[in-house]
Amino acid sequence: MTTTWNAGAVARLFALGLAGGILQLTTVSQITVLGVPADLAPLLAASVGLLLGSVPGACFGFGLGLLMDTALAQTLGITSLVLLTAGYGAGRLRELRDPAHALVPVAVGAAATAVVMLGFTVMQFLLGVDAPVSVLLVRQIVLTIVLNTLLALPVYLVCRRVLAPLLPDDPRRRRRRAYTTGGLSPLSRA
Amino acid sequence: MYDRQVRRRRAILFALVACCLVLITAYFGESSGGPLKSVQTGAMEVLAPIQEGANKALKPLRDLFGWFGDTWDAKDERDALRKERDQLLAEVTKLQGADAENDELRGLLEYSQNASLDAYAPVTAQVYSRSYSTWYSTIEINKGSSDGVRPDQPVINDVGLVGKVKSVSDGNAVVMLLSDADFGVSARALNADQPGIALPITGSRNELLFDLVPQAKKVREGDRIVTAGTITNDLPSPFPPDILIGTVRKVQGEGELERQIHVKPAADLRSLDFVRVLTKPAADSLASTTP
Repeated sequence: MTTTWNAGAVARLFALGLAGGILQLTTVSQITVLGVPADLAPLLAASVGLLLGSVPGACFGFGLGLLMDTALAQTLGITSLVLLTAGYGAGRLRELRDPAHALVPVAVGAAATAVVMLGFTVMQFLLGVDAPVSVLLVRQIVLTIVLNTLLALPVYLVCRRVLAPLLPDDPRRRRRRAYTTGGLSPLSRA
Repeated sequence: MYDRQVRRRRAILFALVACCLVLITAYFGESSGGPLKSVQTGAMEVLAPIQEGANKALKPLRDLFGWFGDTWDAKDERDALRKERDQLLAEVTKLQGADAENDELRGLLEYSQNASLDAYAPVTAQVYSRSYSTWYSTIEINKGSSDGVRPDQPVINDVGLVGKVKSVSDGNAVVMLLSDADFGVSARALNADQPGIALPITGSRNELLFDLVPQAKKVREGDRIVTAGTITNDLPSPFPPDILIGTVRKVQGEGELERQIHVKPAADLRSLDFVRVLTKPAADSLASTTP
């Protein structure tokens, strides 16, 4: 059931983070809908957490945040902190509930984006940025969450495809195999 | 076994959070040439070619989405332009009488503008990365300290002020845009001849606030806002005078204290491909005639 961690697995995660980060910086940030661009970073962190668990999700979020802060000359550590929260939270949901509904990535993506946007805003206020909480700011946060909600499922599917060799057995596949191999439950074979 | 896994998970989480907090604290505490900022600059040097390559490779994709957006906006824009055309046709009739005089003055103005720009030693740079968060509005350009670019130098495009250089490494630089939460520039309204400060509005990438204006009621919609330049030699401004910042879009509020002057930046900050860094912005500070 657990993922085997080796250099190949880490390289796969690294490549996903680097490609996602650069796509965000060079392209996604330039495409605005109602004046707001989408933010792939929380979706990537949440998807990795949902697919691989809390520790890989947190580590991936930390690394992706560090990449973003470095590339944009921002204060190091802020994006890492909020993204690792998103990755860890998504991972814990998988570990505790193991949800199988097809729309779970959408809800998790929206929640992760909300956590990241609000967390980032709170961190900025705590660090002394002198700005009022305006309607424009709230609008920007809400629109980013809406946009990311629409993108959550495609991003999750891409992540699942990239990380497929690292994934433990899918619960639905497990169920299908149980039916097709003759037994309704392990007890019936006993 | 389960307890061991829980302990391991908590230890990793604690280590990562502690690492973040240490980074934030250390980054805030150190000077501009500190070790963390040096590491960040070094990492940017490594990432810059990758970003620049990806930027070029993904441009068709951006253009495709841009085309959809432009088509969406085209109808509204057409109606607005038709209205504007009718107004302009009426104005043209009035202006024909002053045409000859205007040509002469425009020639003089262009000459002086070109001359002063050359004096500021502009360096043309390509934009290869843009930030996207509400709080950091920055772009990265492919010219750095080896081209004479230094922090705080003004950055313009073909229509007006874009921002200023935030940090520099050998071959590239980060530019803080007008809409960045930390940006501010002393400015003046041309027609009303009122000084003030152009500040960003957090959450809005396409609007600025012209604040701290002594007689704000004199400022009207359509007034052009330009940089004030160095007013006193004790406090030299990094921005040369009379660079166009934007145009007053609306004036809100009745009283002098609650009056808010909204400015639409002249430069389209969302689609910058090439910019110019004025590497000698103080070239004319002594000769400045800013009131």
